[in-house]
Amino acid sequence: MLKHLRNRLISSLLSLAALIVIVFFLSRLTGDPSALYLPLDASIESRENFREINGLNDPLIVQFSSFAKDIVQFDFGKSLRTSRPALEMVLEAFIWTLQLALITIALVILVATVIGSLAAFNVGGLFDRVATVVSLIGASAPDFWIAIVGILIFSIGFGWLPTSGTGSLLHWVLPVAILFIRPFGLITQVVRNSMIAALHAPYTKTARAKGAGPRRIIFGHSLRNAALPIVTVMGDQAAGMLNGAVIVETIFGFPGVGKLMIDSILMRDFSVILASIVVTAIAILLMNILIDLSYAALDPRTRA
Amino acid sequence: MQHSTPELVPEHITPPSTMALLRRNPAALAAAMLLFVLVLAALFVAPILVDAASSTDLRGRNAPPFDFGRNWLFVLGADALGRPILPRIIVAAQNTLLIAGCSVVFALGVGSGLGLIAGYVGGTISQILMRVADIIMSFPSLLLAVIVLYMLEPSIFNLVIVLTITRIPVYLRTTRAEVMEIRKRMFVQASAVMGASHLRIILTHILPIVLPTLMTIATLEFAFVVLAESSLSFLGIGIQPPDITWGMMVAQGKPYLTQAWWLSFWPGLAIILTTLSLALLSNWMRLAFDPAQRWRLEL
Repeated sequence: MLKHLRNRLISSLLSLAALIVIVFFLSRLTGDPSALYLPLDASIESRENFREINGLNDPLIVQFSSFAKDIVQFDFGKSLRTSRPALEMVLEAFIWTLQLALITIALVILVATVIGSLAAFNVGGLFDRVATVVSLIGASAPDFWIAIVGILIFSIGFGWLPTSGTGSLLHWVLPVAILFIRPFGLITQVVRNSMIAALHAPYTKTARAKGAGPRRIIFGHSLRNAALPIVTVMGDQAAGMLNGAVIVETIFGFPGVGKLMIDSILMRDFSVILASIVVTAIAILLMNILIDLSYAALDPRTRA
Repeated sequence: MQHSTPELVPEHITPPSTMALLRRNPAALAAAMLLFVLVLAALFVAPILVDAASSTDLRGRNAPPFDFGRNWLFVLGADALGRPILPRIIVAAQNTLLIAGCSVVFALGVGSGLGLIAGYVGGTISQILMRVADIIMSFPSLLLAVIVLYMLEPSIFNLVIVLTITRIPVYLRTTRAEVMEIRKRMFVQASAVMGASHLRIILTHILPIVLPTLMTIATLEFAFVVLAESSLSFLGIGIQPPDITWGMMVAQGKPYLTQAWWLSFWPGLAIILTTLSLALLSNWMRLAFDPAQRWRLEL
């Protein structure tokens, strides 16, 4: 397990390094970085000045090492828009995204497990069919469109929920609900399939023979064994949740890291983009390690 | 005395063809037909409608749907510049399907090619390829695409490249895992003993077994890429006007949500119908192409 954890850490750090290299070379390959850092209407003199100050006339290797050094020290520079340190802005926004993601993940695990298990208990039954159709639609729905339809119905039609922003508890309902749909669809399918396998395993037969009730069989015996594939897919989804967060935060004006990133891209605020890439990558790295640890907790065989 | 042996073997039953199986499954059949119509519309109807889709009519701004006093092109209403929505959806389908189709074909080709090599050769090459795949998979694909399209210019070509690169690992991993298992089977060893070249073994013995799995994944991936492209276009980082895609149409309708819901609703419906059909078809293919599961459909 420790060896596996170490390998995971090394490969994650490698991928982080690769990401930074790619971002650096893309930003250099595509032309003058002063076009990336400076506002579009900057004068030629200020561009020349910028190049000189930032050592852009140095050889590429020298430039890269200073670029990498700044990143390792978490020095991303200041935002063009707000003149605040980029890292500070990103961390502030990241807390919001983290809350959004955690609430959604908790809900997804809870609801998908219950629905998927119940569907698997009676394959082909009415509940199973409804659950399968709903989860299939959920997994293939464009979240930005569902969000717009949601606003249309619940905010404009009924006037129950606010259209955007933060503040009250009601502001969370639509973002969480939209972010919930895609992973819920996928996880429900996975839970269902892996529960069908677990319910046909010999130990389930034993439990049934001993007279255990359906609730005890599902939640006490089968689900614990079906949990491993669920955790794997959930891990993939948690990274994918950042994809969803970009969309949801943009639509609902939610001040998370996804919205910050899109805003920075539209405003060409390069230091903030860079900081959000690195912070997000580190968050995913930590999450992967957490998932590996939860494997060990769930399956004693992987602890060796 | 003459006695006839009882007929032990029942009359020869021909297993139903794949088409017959498809006909028996209403959901998969509807999905396949919808996709077929969509492709036909994008190929043959869209070129005729290009002019109609971009002709503005300021008197018909935000014209409501199902207003039969107008031209049939306006059956789904018109957008904020009075352009009819139905032809726009069909023309946009062309872009959406072109981008998704190209990305899926490229990713499938490169991913499965590398996967065949990695699984068959193994060793260092395999390790390097897997690590690269890990790196690509470890970052959210949409964010990756956003970053790359920010640095490069958002064009159809760049969009296809980004969507291809981020999806290659899916095929690479699956192909490698399957090939590693198949390679050890008896018939592969037998054909190697009989002097078949590596290329022959890969192409005629291993690939046909992996192909159904790859087609199933590619169908599901098509849906994923359509969603990814739509999301990028929705965010304004994908295709740029005057070209149109469904995602962009949803974004263009968003400011008019309170007055004219149909601007965003129809293109979104087109997306969900397409992706749902692909998911249904992929679900069905998984059973139909798997000899061990096929009986479920033949019942």
